[in-house]
Amino acid sequence: MFDNLSLLTQLAPVLNVQLLLDGLFVGAVFVLAAYGLALVWGVMNVKNLAQGEYVIMGGYFAWHLGTFGIHPVLSLPLVFGLMFVFGWVVYLLVIKWVISRDLFTSLLATFGIALIVQQALNLAYGPEVRTAEAGFGTNRLFGGLVTVADIKLISFGLCILLAASVIVFMKKSRMGQAIRATAQDPRAAKIMGIDTEQVYAFTYALNAAICGAAGVIVSMIWVIQPFYGIPHSIRAFVIVTAAGLGNIPGVIIAGLGLGVAEQYSGFVLGLEFQQATALILLLLVLIWRQIQLAQHRQVVQ
Amino acid sequence: MTSDNTFSGEVAGRDAGRDTGDRKIAINADRTPWYIYVLVIGFGLIAPFIFPAYTTQIAFLWLMILFALTWDICGGQMGYNSLGNIFFFGAGMYISAVVQIGIFTDVRTYTSARGGEQLVLDNADYFFSLFVGTGVAAVGCVVLAIILGRIFFGLRGPYFAIGTLGIALAARELAGTWEWVGGGSGIAMPVYPGQPHEKSVVFYIIFLVLAALTFVFLRWLYSTRFGLAINAIRDDEEKAEAMGIHTLRHKLIGWSIAAFFLGMSGAVFGNMTGFVEPLEVAFPAATFGIFMVVMALLGGKGTLWGPVIGATLFHIVKEVTWIYLLGWQWVALGLLIVVNVVFFQEGIMGWMQRRWPERFGITVDDRTTADGGVKQGASS
Repeated sequence: MFDNLSLLTQLAPVLNVQLLLDGLFVGAVFVLAAYGLALVWGVMNVKNLAQGEYVIMGGYFAWHLGTFGIHPVLSLPLVFGLMFVFGWVVYLLVIKWVISRDLFTSLLATFGIALIVQQALNLAYGPEVRTAEAGFGTNRLFGGLVTVADIKLISFGLCILLAASVIVFMKKSRMGQAIRATAQDPRAAKIMGIDTEQVYAFTYALNAAICGAAGVIVSMIWVIQPFYGIPHSIRAFVIVTAAGLGNIPGVIIAGLGLGVAEQYSGFVLGLEFQQATALILLLLVLIWRQIQLAQHRQVVQ
Repeated sequence: MTSDNTFSGEVAGRDAGRDTGDRKIAINADRTPWYIYVLVIGFGLIAPFIFPAYTTQIAFLWLMILFALTWDICGGQMGYNSLGNIFFFGAGMYISAVVQIGIFTDVRTYTSARGGEQLVLDNADYFFSLFVGTGVAAVGCVVLAIILGRIFFGLRGPYFAIGTLGIALAARELAGTWEWVGGGSGIAMPVYPGQPHEKSVVFYIIFLVLAALTFVFLRWLYSTRFGLAINAIRDDEEKAEAMGIHTLRHKLIGWSIAAFFLGMSGAVFGNMTGFVEPLEVAFPAATFGIFMVVMALLGGKGTLWGPVIGATLFHIVKEVTWIYLLGWQWVALGLLIVVNVVFFQEGIMGWMQRRWPERFGITVDDRTTADGGVKQGASS
C-alpha cells in the first residue's frame, strides 16, 4: 500500500496523470448514468435501481451490433433509439403504476426490473466478460509511461456531446420545458395543459436512452458483463445523493470525482478495494448529510 | 403510511377509551384460532419424518420465515424499509466462525491455510462451540445494530433503504478483502461430528426452534406498548415524537431485536453449510437480502402472520421454479417481485383483512372523516 503511495508521490509522479485521465474518462460515463437518475428522481420521484442494468444492456446492444459489422461509435444513435423504446415500454408496463406510490415501492419494483434484465442478458449472451472492439490506436505520452487510447478520447468527446445536447434539450425544447414544469409542480403543469402522463413516459424513456448510450461507451472503453450493472447503479446513487437533485454542475463534478477516486483507491489500496470505494463513499455521503440535517433539527430528548 | 393497515390510530384510540376494560392495549392482540398453531407446529415436528429427502429445504423454509419476520419489525411495523438487514446475518456468521475457531486454535493460521485444515471436534466440543458462537454472534449483532442505528436512523424513506443496502454491499466487499477472516476464499467451519443425515435433522430442529422463538417473541412484542409505539413511528414519526415517544430509542431497540435473531440464524447457517464466504453465503444482499423484503410484502407487511405466509409461498414458488424453469427461474422471480410490489402490495394478509375484516377483530368505521374520505377504523 505504502509502496504504491510513494510510487505516486516520489518515484513516478507522472503516473498521477495516467490515473487522473483514466478517472476522468470513466467518470464521464458515470455522469451520464447519474444524470439520468437525477432526471427520473427529480421529475417523477422514481428511484431507479435498474440504472446500471440499462447501462449494461446498452453495452450489449452495441456489442451485438458489432457482430454485424457496425462500429460501436456508429451504433450509438441506434442504441439510443432502441433503449428509448425499451424505456417507454417499461414505463407503460411497470413505472406508470409506481409514480404516485410511496418511496419504497419504486426502489423494489425497479430492483425487480434489474433482476429480470440482468438474468435475461445472462441467458442471451452468457456470463463472459465482453468488450466491443473499436479498433483505434493508442497515444503514448511522457516516454510511454502514460498511455491514452484514442477510443477513450473519442468516448470522452461523445460523453460531452451527449450531456451537452441533453442539457440544451432540457433548456430549449418544448418537451424539455414541459419536463421541467412537471418536475416543479405536476398539478399546475396539468392545469396548464401539459400531458404529464406523456412527460413521465418521455422522461423515463430518455433516462433509459442516456443509460444505453453510456453503456455503448462502457463497452468500448471498459468491459461489460450481465452482472456488472449493480456497481453502476450504486455509483449513480452515490453521485446523485452527493450532488442533490437538479444540480447539474454538482452531478458532473461528483461523477468525475468518483471516477478519479476509484482509480486512485484501486491503485493505492489494491484492485479489490476499487469496488468498495463507491460504497464507502455512499455511506460517508449519507453520514455527512445527516450531520448537516442534525444541525437543523432540534429535539427535546 | 399504507392503506393496507386498518389499525387507524385515531379511531382506535377513541373507541379504546369508550369501552375500556381490563385490556388496555388490545389493538394488535393476536386473534389466531388455536388450531392454526397446532397445525403449524405439528407440521414442523413431523416434516423431517414424512419428507426426509426435503429436510434441508424445509429447514431453509424456517430460515426464510425468520428472515421475513425480522424484516417486518422495522419494515412493516416501524416503517423503516431496510434493504440491508442481511448484513446482520453475515456479521453473525463471521462472528460465530471466528469465536468457534478461536476457542480451539489461532484464527490467523487457520484462515491462512485457505481451508487446507479443518477443525475436527468431538460432540461435546462441537455443540459447546456452536452454542457459544451463536450467543456471541447474537450479542455482537445487537452491538453492531446499535452503533449503525445511531448513525443511520436519522435517514428517512429511500435514503434509509439505500444506506442500509450500502452497508450490506460494503460489508460484502470489505469481508472479501479482510485476510484475517479468510478474505475472498472464506473460512471452513468445524466439521460436524456425526452422520450427514443426523446433521440435517439437528440443524432442522435448531432452525425450527429459532423461527418459533422469533414468532412467539414478536407475537408478544406487538401486543405490548412497544408494538404500539413503533406503529406510531410508522404512521407519523414527528407526531409520535411530539407525543413523548423516544423515537430513536424505540428504533434502535426494534432494529436490535431484528439483528439479534438474524445474528443467531447467521451463526447457525454458517455451521449448517460448513463454509463461510462473503459473496454467496454470508452477505447475499441481492438474493436473500431482497427476498426477505419481498416475502414480507407478499404475505402482507405490518401483520403478524403475513411474513410467515409470504415466506412459505415464496419459498415454494422459488423451489418449484428452480426445478421446472431451468435457466429462467431468476426471470420468473423478478417478475414475481415486480408484480407483487406494483400490483399487490397489500399482500395476502392485507387483502384478507380488507375482505373479511370481522374475522380479524376489525370493525370497519364507515363514517366520513374530516378530510372527506371514508376512513377505515378499528376497534377490538
